[in-house]
Amino acid sequence: MTAVATARPAAGAATRAKGRKRRAVARDDRRSTLLSIVMWLAAAYFLLPLVWLLISATKTTGDLFSTFGYWFAPHFGLWDNIVRTFTYEDGAFGRWILNTILYAGAGSIGATILSTMAGYAFAKYEFPGGKAIFSVVLGSIMIPLTALAIPTYLLFSGAGLTDTPLAVIIPSLISPFGVYLMRVYAADSVPDSILEAARVDGAGEGRIFLQVALRQLGPGIVTVFLFALVATWNNYFLPLIMLNSSQFFPLTVGLAHWQATATNPSGGNTPLFDIVITGSVISVLPLVAAFLYLQRYWQSGLGTGAVKG
Amino acid sequence: MTAAPALAAVRPPRRRRATPAKRRQWIAAYVLIIPFLVVFIAMLVVPLVYSGWLSLFTSQLIGGQQFAGLTNYVNAVTDPKFLSSVGRMGLFLLVQVPIMLALALFFALALDSNRVRGKRFIRLAIFVPYAVPSVVATLMWGYLYGKDFGPISQFFQAIGLGTPDLLSNQTIFGSLVNIVTWEFVGYNMIILYAALRTIPAELLDAAEVDGAGAWRTAWSVKIPAIRPAILLTVIFSIIGSFQLFNEPNLLHGVAPNVIGTSYTPNLYAFNVAFVNQDVNYAASLAFILGIVIMIVSYVVQLSTNRAERNR
Repeated sequence: MTAVATARPAAGAATRAKGRKRRAVARDDRRSTLLSIVMWLAAAYFLLPLVWLLISATKTTGDLFSTFGYWFAPHFGLWDNIVRTFTYEDGAFGRWILNTILYAGAGSIGATILSTMAGYAFAKYEFPGGKAIFSVVLGSIMIPLTALAIPTYLLFSGAGLTDTPLAVIIPSLISPFGVYLMRVYAADSVPDSILEAARVDGAGEGRIFLQVALRQLGPGIVTVFLFALVATWNNYFLPLIMLNSSQFFPLTVGLAHWQATATNPSGGNTPLFDIVITGSVISVLPLVAAFLYLQRYWQSGLGTGAVKG
Repeated sequence: MTAAPALAAVRPPRRRRATPAKRRQWIAAYVLIIPFLVVFIAMLVVPLVYSGWLSLFTSQLIGGQQFAGLTNYVNAVTDPKFLSSVGRMGLFLLVQVPIMLALALFFALALDSNRVRGKRFIRLAIFVPYAVPSVVATLMWGYLYGKDFGPISQFFQAIGLGTPDLLSNQTIFGSLVNIVTWEFVGYNMIILYAALRTIPAELLDAAEVDGAGAWRTAWSVKIPAIRPAILLTVIFSIIGSFQLFNEPNLLHGVAPNVIGTSYTPNLYAFNVAFVNQDVNYAASLAFILGIVIMIVSYVVQLSTNRAERNR
């Protein structure tokens, strides 16, 4: 994947952007101090809540109440908090992490494969019903969550699938936005001339897709994958209604469950602020890392998606 | 020449029939689409039809499911809880979406203008909240707002003012607007920024030759050029606003007396379905909500198209 994407980092749109970047270098002397200050203040607004979360993860519940939020307590308790988070309720947190990785991994990889195949077909083939099917897929973005979740729950419950991992993974396989993004991206980045040339050479349509088209689609695939990953990793509504047993919870439902105990400590429960906060920090890290690591791919991929909007 | 009419009469049907090469491509296209389509039908079309079916029945203690026609819908459009939740989200839409998109557009233009120091870092900083699960974002802001150990109230106490109650009846709406804005400005900014990067250089050079300043270029050249991307963010924001669930649901745990079980339409439908166990009524609520979303999206699209034509 990396090799493919490096060989062809971006489609036409991004190449044009590169031209602009070169031109922009000559204008660097025009930096505006006022605008820079405004933008740094904006960055502070977006980062300070997370900084607070990070600092708070180093405190005991007692220190949370007795010390100022934006500075460390005398006792640095990050390690103790991590240990407590992972050992609370017989290591439920570790299980939730594995569940989340399973649900998000299976869901987003599956959604990416399905979206890539369908998006490419919608973009590069004219076939009876193609346009009609695509507009139905696009229109489905507007369907409210509950309109689907309630009947899906009843259907799964009839099939005995509720409270199993499949109940969360199967509905995640559908990403209408992914199909849309892929169609736009494929239309731009896979030239018809290459496909025709391959056909003249006698390549079958399957081989053309696997050996010619997929190469061009690299950044688009990464983009679709990342957005599907965020959607499934952060999903709360679907697992909330589908799952009852704590052993199947993903991180989102698990943390919300602990939070409910943290705010209403009843019947011998102790407040759990320290482990909810530490658990929140841990659950955020993988996605932030994925976005930072893959940023050049998704930024060029999104570019094409947005142009044709 | 004389043969032409006869040929023309024969040809059209033959043309309509696909050549073998064309047919091979059709088959390939269907093979590529079918896996998606199967799951799409199973997970989207079937549940939706089933939901529509359910919404036409009522369940009674005696006699079970009973066909009720549009009774559920009539009840829904006269249900004050449902109407006020839809109205609240309409207001949310009018307040939050313009704020969020104006900020996203401003940030995107500022970063695109190359006049900001450290723009790579700032761009990531603004985008990072998108990677934070809404559950974590809401829990975190709930703590930040809170009186117990929230830094906001600590700050107000330190400078000698009373602690502001950010989770009261008067303030919860604003607090919710802030959370959702914090979460999604970055996502919209990236879409708009990506669109800005694709504006042809010639267009911007021409504006410069004409003597347009940075603000003028942004307003008269850049914003019109990325109109489709802006419309995309508007439509997605409308859909997202009406579907608000995670944030109010979690804040309900923090401030149960302020955010009721019918604060948003989705929250209400969820509670009707899974707490009151009335899936029939919940299905009709979800359907009406879907129709409202479609109408609003359609009206927005229509009015922007008209504005475009009038330019």
